[in-house]
Amino acid sequence: MLEQLIQQLINGLSLGSIYALIALGYTMVYGIIKLINFAHGDIYMIGAYVGFACITYFGLGFFPSLVIAMVACGLLGYLIEKIAYKPLRNATRIAALITAIGVSLFLEYGTMFIVKANVRTYPPVLADLSFKPTSNIVINIKQIYIFAVTIVLMIILQYIVHRTRIGKAMRAVSADMDAAQLMGINVDHTISFTFAIGSALAGAAGILVGVYYNSIDPLMGILPGLKAFIAAVLGGIGVIPGAMIGGVAIGVVETMVSGYGNSLYKDAVAYAILILILIIKPSGLLGKNTREKV
Amino acid sequence: MNRVLNLKNIKYFIGLAAFYGIVQILIFTNILSDYYQVTMTTICINIILAVSLNLITGFTGQFSLGHAGFMSLGAYTCALITLHISEQYSFFIGVFAGALVAALVGFLIGIPTLRLRGDYLAIATLGLSEIIRIIILNFDFTGGASGLSGIPQYTNWTWLFIFTAATVIIIKNFINSSHGRACISIREDEIAAESMGINVTKYKVMAFVIGAFFAGIAGALYSSYFYFIKPDLFGFLKSIDILVIVVLGGMGSISGSILASVLLAIVSTYLQAFPELRMVIYSLLLLIMMIFRPKGLMGTKEFRLDDFFRKKPIKVK
Repeated sequence: MLEQLIQQLINGLSLGSIYALIALGYTMVYGIIKLINFAHGDIYMIGAYVGFACITYFGLGFFPSLVIAMVACGLLGYLIEKIAYKPLRNATRIAALITAIGVSLFLEYGTMFIVKANVRTYPPVLADLSFKPTSNIVINIKQIYIFAVTIVLMIILQYIVHRTRIGKAMRAVSADMDAAQLMGINVDHTISFTFAIGSALAGAAGILVGVYYNSIDPLMGILPGLKAFIAAVLGGIGVIPGAMIGGVAIGVVETMVSGYGNSLYKDAVAYAILILILIIKPSGLLGKNTREKV
Repeated sequence: MNRVLNLKNIKYFIGLAAFYGIVQILIFTNILSDYYQVTMTTICINIILAVSLNLITGFTGQFSLGHAGFMSLGAYTCALITLHISEQYSFFIGVFAGALVAALVGFLIGIPTLRLRGDYLAIATLGLSEIIRIIILNFDFTGGASGLSGIPQYTNWTWLFIFTAATVIIIKNFINSSHGRACISIREDEIAAESMGINVTKYKVMAFVIGAFFAGIAGALYSSYFYFIKPDLFGFLKSIDILVIVVLGGMGSISGSILASVLLAIVSTYLQAFPELRMVIYSLLLLIMMIFRPKGLMGTKEFRLDDFFRKKPIKVK
């Protein structure tokens, strides 16, 4: 019984790490320009496809493919921001949201047009090893890779945000865009950089999911995208550690529900968590309450 | 009596009746083929959905991404009633029961969630409509994932016309009433509206419930025309489709919603020739539209025939 619980916890943590990586992009973009970037889930899908191409057609290993997928997604995020979101910086929120939905549909169906709609099997790039600490607990090597990559990326992200000049600029712009501009910070450049970093993290999540679940398709980004957004809201949107905690929490809860309850309800539980957190504490677990000023 | 039976209203009534009559003759003489009739039904249902969502999002300023959830409640209620009671009046009961169920759920959902603002409300309504979909998916009497089929077809042009015209007239009159003005003031500035003594929560919930009611009617008409419904039809993408119509037409313009419903139906009819590129072109159109004209086709203006017949536009200095 306890062993089964630990096993579910391990599975939940692997799924949660992936949600956390996607949620980081949502939370950084929302923190800086107050936009729900619906296209974020699709950038994750593109990351999975770039990784697939690197492994299958160029015969690269796991780490080179990971880096290429991250760079490609970072560039894509940068371009999307420049082409689609920058002209709408001063438009209404709903116009920006509809644009994000438009970008999302474009990425999904553009990819579907190029690679066709069928599900593809990911090539086995990591050896299929697993070890058993006790008789009923199985830890797969892929899960260890997911933990390791996630933790390393999060440490790098924390370093960038808290120890570098660009990170300082990001924090300043998300605190107050106008004041940051007056202090001589290049706001456009900072926003583009935020998009690039967030998208690179989503790209890493994409390739990890491909390796973990072995199958990818052009619409795979919709549901994880929504759940990662829920994770970002749960942790407190705009708060980077919140996105990590929220992602892991959603992953664990989802695995527990499908392990012990009805797996058909696992998506409903994520939405229920979202609504409860919005009603009880809209600023999220780690968010601060902000007073509304007139 | 005089206020209702003035010359303008009589003109509108005659115009509507003439439009109804012409289309009915075209259907009787088979000039309008079945294919066009399906398109026309889709347009009418989309008009009801878009105008009712426009009341919530365009006029009251409350961002809802869950309209498909209310539509599915109306569709399933009407379908279950017409499947189990086969009387002449069962369609009527079905439509109104569907609308009432949707309105009731809208009321229950609205009270807690309408405290949220902007994007948070959008995501909460999205989550709730997905929960409705998942619940329907897991019940036995709703047919689960395969849905309900063999629903008797009662919806015809007459009913579509009556319900569409009634939706537009009722919502237009609501907006022109003092309640509607209160809703618009909430959109413009919630804090200012509250300090002027408007009960913000009451009007938000009112707009939400009315919107849900008409979405329920649209769903009922849908299920009773297309014989077949399943939970996947009422997912997240359906809500987005409705929102896109509202935003393209112009938030806060009823005639804009009608125009956009007709235009999008025409565009998607033409795009059927390229099934693979259809969604790519659709998304590009959406992006171009949003980047170059973010306020939509009509903005907040209404289309009036008088503007065409007036000889010189009045200039305001």
